[in-house]
Amino acid sequence: MNPYAPKAGDFTPVARQPGLITNPRPSQSYWQDAWLRLKQNKRALLSLYLIVALVLMTLVGPWLWQQDPAYQDLDLISQPPAYGETALVVADPGIWAGVSVDPPTLITVDSNATSSLAATAQIQTVGSASTQYVRLRWEPVAGAGFYLVYRNDHAPESSEDLGLPLGQTLTAAEVSFEDRLQLRAQDYWYTVLASNGLQEAPGFTTVRIPVQRSITESQAQDRKLHANAGDTVTLRSHPFGTDSLGRDLLARIIEGSQVSLFIGIVAPFLWVLLGTVYGGISGYFGGTIDAAMMRVTDFLIALPFLLFMILFRIGFGIGPGESGIVPMLLALVLLRWEDTARLVRGQVLQIREEAFVQAARLLGAQPLYLIFRHMIPNTIGPLLVNLTFSIPMAIFTEAFLSFIGMGVAPPTPSWGSMSNEGLKSMLSSPHELLFPAIFISLTVLTFNLLGDGLRDALDSRMRSRE
Amino acid sequence: MLNYILKRLGMGVLTVWFIATATFAAMHLVPGNPLANEKATNAVIRANLERQYGLDQPVLTQYVIYMGNMLKGDFGIAFSEENRSVNDIIRETFPVSATLGLLSLLFATAGGVMWGALTAIYRNRWPDYLIMFLVILGISVPSFVFAGLSQFAILHLNKWTGVSLLPVAGWGSFRAMLVPALVLGLSTMAYLTRLMRSTMLDVANTDYIRTAHAKGLSTTRIFLHHQLRNAILPVITVLGPSIAIITTGGFVVESVFAIPGLGRYFVQSVAQLDYTVIMGTTVFFGAFLVLMVIAVDILYGFIDPRIRVEASR
Repeated sequence: MNPYAPKAGDFTPVARQPGLITNPRPSQSYWQDAWLRLKQNKRALLSLYLIVALVLMTLVGPWLWQQDPAYQDLDLISQPPAYGETALVVADPGIWAGVSVDPPTLITVDSNATSSLAATAQIQTVGSASTQYVRLRWEPVAGAGFYLVYRNDHAPESSEDLGLPLGQTLTAAEVSFEDRLQLRAQDYWYTVLASNGLQEAPGFTTVRIPVQRSITESQAQDRKLHANAGDTVTLRSHPFGTDSLGRDLLARIIEGSQVSLFIGIVAPFLWVLLGTVYGGISGYFGGTIDAAMMRVTDFLIALPFLLFMILFRIGFGIGPGESGIVPMLLALVLLRWEDTARLVRGQVLQIREEAFVQAARLLGAQPLYLIFRHMIPNTIGPLLVNLTFSIPMAIFTEAFLSFIGMGVAPPTPSWGSMSNEGLKSMLSSPHELLFPAIFISLTVLTFNLLGDGLRDALDSRMRSRE
Repeated sequence: MLNYILKRLGMGVLTVWFIATATFAAMHLVPGNPLANEKATNAVIRANLERQYGLDQPVLTQYVIYMGNMLKGDFGIAFSEENRSVNDIIRETFPVSATLGLLSLLFATAGGVMWGALTAIYRNRWPDYLIMFLVILGISVPSFVFAGLSQFAILHLNKWTGVSLLPVAGWGSFRAMLVPALVLGLSTMAYLTRLMRSTMLDVANTDYIRTAHAKGLSTTRIFLHHQLRNAILPVITVLGPSIAIITTGGFVVESVFAIPGLGRYFVQSVAQLDYTVIMGTTVFFGAFLVLMVIAVDILYGFIDPRIRVEASR
C-alpha cells in the first residue's frame, strides 16, 4: 500500500447536492405517531367516541332532554321504559255505586253440601277498562254469600293460580267490583269466585280484559295537556322509565352524570397533578430527600383507603343523609396521589441521567426548570395512561360510597345512589337498577379500554402483549 | 431477611398508630360529642355521663386514655346498643367477614390462575377472546350490580327448579356463602386473570422455556413445571392488596345479602354515628389489612429468593 498522499481536492467542502438524500416519509412528532397508532386500535377509538358522547351528554344533556329530574309524577311510579305512548283521556272517575241485584234466596248454609256453588258466569266490564279503573259485573250465583275477585297477569292454570286477591264483596247482592289497584296498560285475567263462607266454588271462569292506558281530565290538566274526555293525548316520554317516586330516569341519569363524571374526572386530574409535582421533586433531588418523601407514599399505600374516605366525611361533620361532594373529592385527591408520585419519580430518576438533561444543566438550568421543562414533559405519555386508568377508579369509588349511603345523598342523584335506590325494587322494576348500572359500567369500561389503547400508543415500554 | 421483616413490621406499627390517631382526630373534629344526641339530658346528667366516659377531660388526656385502652385491646362500649362492647361486636361479626373473605379469595385466586392460564394456552383464539371479554366485564361492572343480579338469578333458579337450591340472602350454611363469596371475588378474579395472562405470555418468551423445549421436555411438563410456577409469582404479590379490596368490597356484598359481618356493621354504625364502633372497627380493619399486606410480602420473600436479595440490599 502506498502511503497516503493528499491531493488538492481532498479538503474542499463537498458541494451540496439537492435530492441526494430524500426523506422517505415525512417525520412525525410523538403525538402524531401516537394518534396514528391509537386510530388503528378500533376498541380504543370507539371508547374515545363513547367518552366524548358521555361528556357531551353531561354538558348539553339538560338542554336536549328538558324534563325536570326532580318532578314527581305519582301516577307513573316505576314505569318501565316507554316512548311516545298515547293515552285516552277519560272523565274523572266518580264513585261507582256498583251493580246490585235482589238478594237471591238464601240457601241455608249446609256444611255437608258438596259442589253446591256454580262457577260465576258472564263476567263483563262496565264502561271501558282503562288504567284508571276496571269495573266488573257478573251474574249472581245461587247460594253465594259473597264473591272473591282475583287478578292475574297470565291465564290461570289452576285454582291455585288465580293471582292477586283484590278483594271481596260484602254481600251476595253486590255483583260488581271496581279494581283501581296499580293498573298498567296490559292484559289482565280476572276471576270471580262465589263463596258461601265455608267453601268457594270449585270451578272458576276467567275473563281476559285488555286495559287501555288512560289519564283523567284533571291529570291531563295537571300536565298542561289540553284535552277533553275521549281525546287521545301523547304522554310525556320516559325512554328509561320512571323511578319509585315517578321521576324520569333519563333526566336523573343526566343529572347524576354531572356528579359522577365530575368526581370521576376532576379528582383524578387533581391527584395526578399533585402526584406529578411530588414525584418530580422527589425523583429529581434523590438521596435523603427522595427516601424521606417516598416513606410518606409507602405509608399512604398502606392506609385502608375506603375507611379513610368515610372518616373524612365524618371529619367534615357531614352526617348520614347529607351530600358531601367536596369532601369526597378532597379525600380522593389526598389519598390517591401516591401511585402517580411513584410513577413520576421512577420516570424522573431515569430521565435525570439522559444526555439532554445533562446538557441543559451544563447550560445553567435551575432544578425547577429542569423538572418542569424537561422531565415532566417527557413523562407525559405514562402520565396520561395513569390518568385514564385513574378515572374508572374514581368513578367506582364514588358509586361505591354513594351506594352504601356515604357519598351523595338524595335528592341529588348520582349513578351510585340511583343504583342503590334501584336495588330495592329490583324484582318488580329491574330497569331502575339496570340503567344507572349500565352507565357506570359503560363509563368504566370505555376509560379502561381507552387506557389500554393509550398505553399501547404512547408508551412503548409498557405496551401490553397482545 | 430478618432485617426486612423487622423493617416492614416497624412501618406497619407506625401505620396502625397513624390510623388510630387519624380516626381519633376525625372523631374529635366533629362538633359536639356522642352524648349530644341523647334525649334525656339535663346538664347534671350530661356532665356525669361525660365524666363516666372521660369526655370532660382535655383532648390530649382523652387521646392518651384512648391509646392506652387500644394497646390493651379494649375498644370501648358501643353507644347505639345496650350492654355491648365494641370488642364483642368485632368478636361476633369478624369471623363471618373473614370466612366470606377467605372463601372469595379462594375463588378469586383459583379462578384467576385457571382462566389466566387458559387464555395464555388459547392465545388469540376464541376461548381467549371470550374469557378476556368476561374479564373486562368483571372489571367494569360494580359489585353491587353483580350482587343484585345474582339475587335475581337465584330467585329465578329456585322458581324454575321448584326447590330452594340456594338462599337469596342470609348466612349460616355453606350454600348461603357460595354466591356472596363468588360475587365478592369476581373483580379480583378478573384482575388476576389479566395479570396471569400477561405473565404467562412473558414467561413463554423466556430463554429457559426455549431451553426446556430444546431438550425435549413434554409440553405438559413445561407448562406445569416451568411456565405456571414462574407465572404464579406476581399473582402472590397482588394478594395483599387483593385482601384489602375484598374486605372493603365486603361492605356492599354483606349489605346486599344481609350477611351479619363486620362490614355491614361498620356501614350501619356510620349511618348511626356510633363513634366508638366506628373508631374501633376502623382501627381493627386497618390493623388487619396492614398485617395481611405485610404477611403476604414476607411470604413472597420466602417463595421468591430474588426479593430477599433485593430487600437485604
